[in-house]
Amino acid sequence: MTARDVILARVAEGLRDVPTGELADDIDVPRDYFRTVEGDAVERFIERISAYKTTVKRVAPADLAQRSAEQLRSRGLGRIAIPPDLPDEWLPSGVKLLSSALDVQALDAVDGALTGCALAIAETGTIVLDGGARQGRRALSLVPDYHLCIVDEQQIVGTVPEAIDLIAASVRRMLRPVTFISGPSATSDIELARVEGVHGPRTLDVLVVSPA
Amino acid sequence: MKSGFPERAHVALRDMQLRRNLALATTTIRGKRAAVTGERGDWEELRVAGAAIKRRVLRHLEDYLLQFESSVQRAGGSVHWARDAQEANEIVVQLVRRTGASEVVKVKSLTTDEIGLNDALTAAGIRPIETDLAELICQLADERPSHILVPAIHKNRVEIRDLFRREFGLPDLTEEPTELAGAARAYLREKFLSTAVAVSGANFAVAESGSICVVESEGNGRFCTTLPETLITIVGIEKLVPTLNDLEVFLQLLPRSSTGERMNPYTSLWTGVAPGDGPQEFHVVLLDNGRTNVLADEVGRQTLACIRCSACLNVCPVYERTGGHAYGSVYPGPIGAILTPQLVGTAEAGSLPFASSLCGACAEVCPVKIDIPQVLVHLRGRAIRERTAAGAGERMMMSAAGWALAGERRFRWARRVGRLVQRPFVRENKIERLPGGLSGWTMTRDLPAMPRRSFREWWNGR
Repeated sequence: MTARDVILARVAEGLRDVPTGELADDIDVPRDYFRTVEGDAVERFIERISAYKTTVKRVAPADLAQRSAEQLRSRGLGRIAIPPDLPDEWLPSGVKLLSSALDVQALDAVDGALTGCALAIAETGTIVLDGGARQGRRALSLVPDYHLCIVDEQQIVGTVPEAIDLIAASVRRMLRPVTFISGPSATSDIELARVEGVHGPRTLDVLVVSPA
Repeated sequence: MKSGFPERAHVALRDMQLRRNLALATTTIRGKRAAVTGERGDWEELRVAGAAIKRRVLRHLEDYLLQFESSVQRAGGSVHWARDAQEANEIVVQLVRRTGASEVVKVKSLTTDEIGLNDALTAAGIRPIETDLAELICQLADERPSHILVPAIHKNRVEIRDLFRREFGLPDLTEEPTELAGAARAYLREKFLSTAVAVSGANFAVAESGSICVVESEGNGRFCTTLPETLITIVGIEKLVPTLNDLEVFLQLLPRSSTGERMNPYTSLWTGVAPGDGPQEFHVVLLDNGRTNVLADEVGRQTLACIRCSACLNVCPVYERTGGHAYGSVYPGPIGAILTPQLVGTAEAGSLPFASSLCGACAEVCPVKIDIPQVLVHLRGRAIRERTAAGAGERMMMSAAGWALAGERRFRWARRVGRLVQRPFVRENKIERLPGGLSGWTMTRDLPAMPRRSFREWWNGR
């Protein structure tokens, strides 16, 4: 017998008390938790992600390129990696943009990364990346020490269940990897106090694009 | 006899630095957790859903395991099955050898601690590098983790600074946590960029899609699951959830319950191999290692619902005073007191179910509603049955007591004998120390002396 056979047999043996006719769906899972949340999702998102020491600013669509350039300049960052499919109106001027597929050593050498996102969650102040449009591959938002993420306010959903609905559909369709980001990299390992900045980007800035 | 919880606890209780560190950390986390669970008007509904999903998985585990296996394969991954720790370690060593790598980076994983993977890799000439800050601290200090979530909770910032000064050769490092984290960042970055193989655990494994979910804070999990060419993930068979949508429950329960945050900084969810993004070779090792024993026990089965949040440790009055090392197990605290004896047997860890006052705080905070006190009492029963079957001493005493208590005359006689026998031990109407095999009773408490006259004697002589 293979290990697989043995384990499956042990499982079956251990579950002899489960009636043979019982199906998994016969076990009721009450889902009475909130699926939506009242109030302004954009306001809440900004409040919640700010709580993770993230700088968030609201910008008008027409000002995006200028405001992102300002943000990068204020941080003193000059060489920025971007995914290959950023629209022209997003591109900040006055910084060197690197859009070709950089290897990790090259990513380690840039000052930061600029990406969009798949969606964002208001309740928890979370940005979700799924490798789709304007996001690039995972290493892009991971290796550089700085991440500027642009969130369209249309992309902000209220709750975790709303986000998972969308993400589950995208995973089923494309099997792409998903990353949930709630603030800059942090640790609670020293005396259980949250300290920002371990292995991922130590600084996360967010621009929320809202129609004027 | 090998030392049990009481002996180890006595050592820990004398360590005042440890008790200060633990009190500070558990108090902090209890406050944070209470705030973020209290702000949710639907916290109880989330717990009910979490418990029900886990109940569904466990009662139909065979189906979900098969579904998970075929989902992983469809997504381009390989699935291996391991009956026990040794088999799991052999599989991992073989997979690493095939890549030719001499080092692996590791994401914090209790499961790999449980199977002793680091020792197995080292013995095979492969160097495991822990990348979680606290695991790195433990690895550098050559100590065992003492908490599920914050393995170095037993150390304060000054102790960590001294360790890093020594190990990284940084004599000017301060105890500022930001600076300590920065030192670890610099040390590990080079490892992340150059290591070809990573080993991870899993918080959740989705049967429907074959996806693995890893919840973390520092970004070491993202690095390990993104940069290397080969990724090996060890998954206990109880970690399955049926669907992607079920994650909506656990991704709310886990961060709020464990670190007391609305959401942890990073959660990675990947499905097999993604062309052009991340590891191009992906292996899952499904581990039993005693879990099917737990499954077979109808009372103990609920233990497998645990999502390793560690909330029960932080509220436990016993854990808060003794710390994790006293449990002598990878899984400390209330959850460890019920999980470990079931995984390794009560003969091996029979003292752990007694490491509790049964106050019930653990069950109250458990995000998946495991009735820990119920399982503790159940396992105490099992341990007692095994012990009385094995040792004659306790059984003889109990049957003597049973005999004496069964008749009024015998009881009166026993009382008289007792008053005589106790004399050499009584000081100020208390017995502070009993000899020999009875010393356990007076180890942590005084026994009131039998009075010169009982109530009945006083009544009759009135």
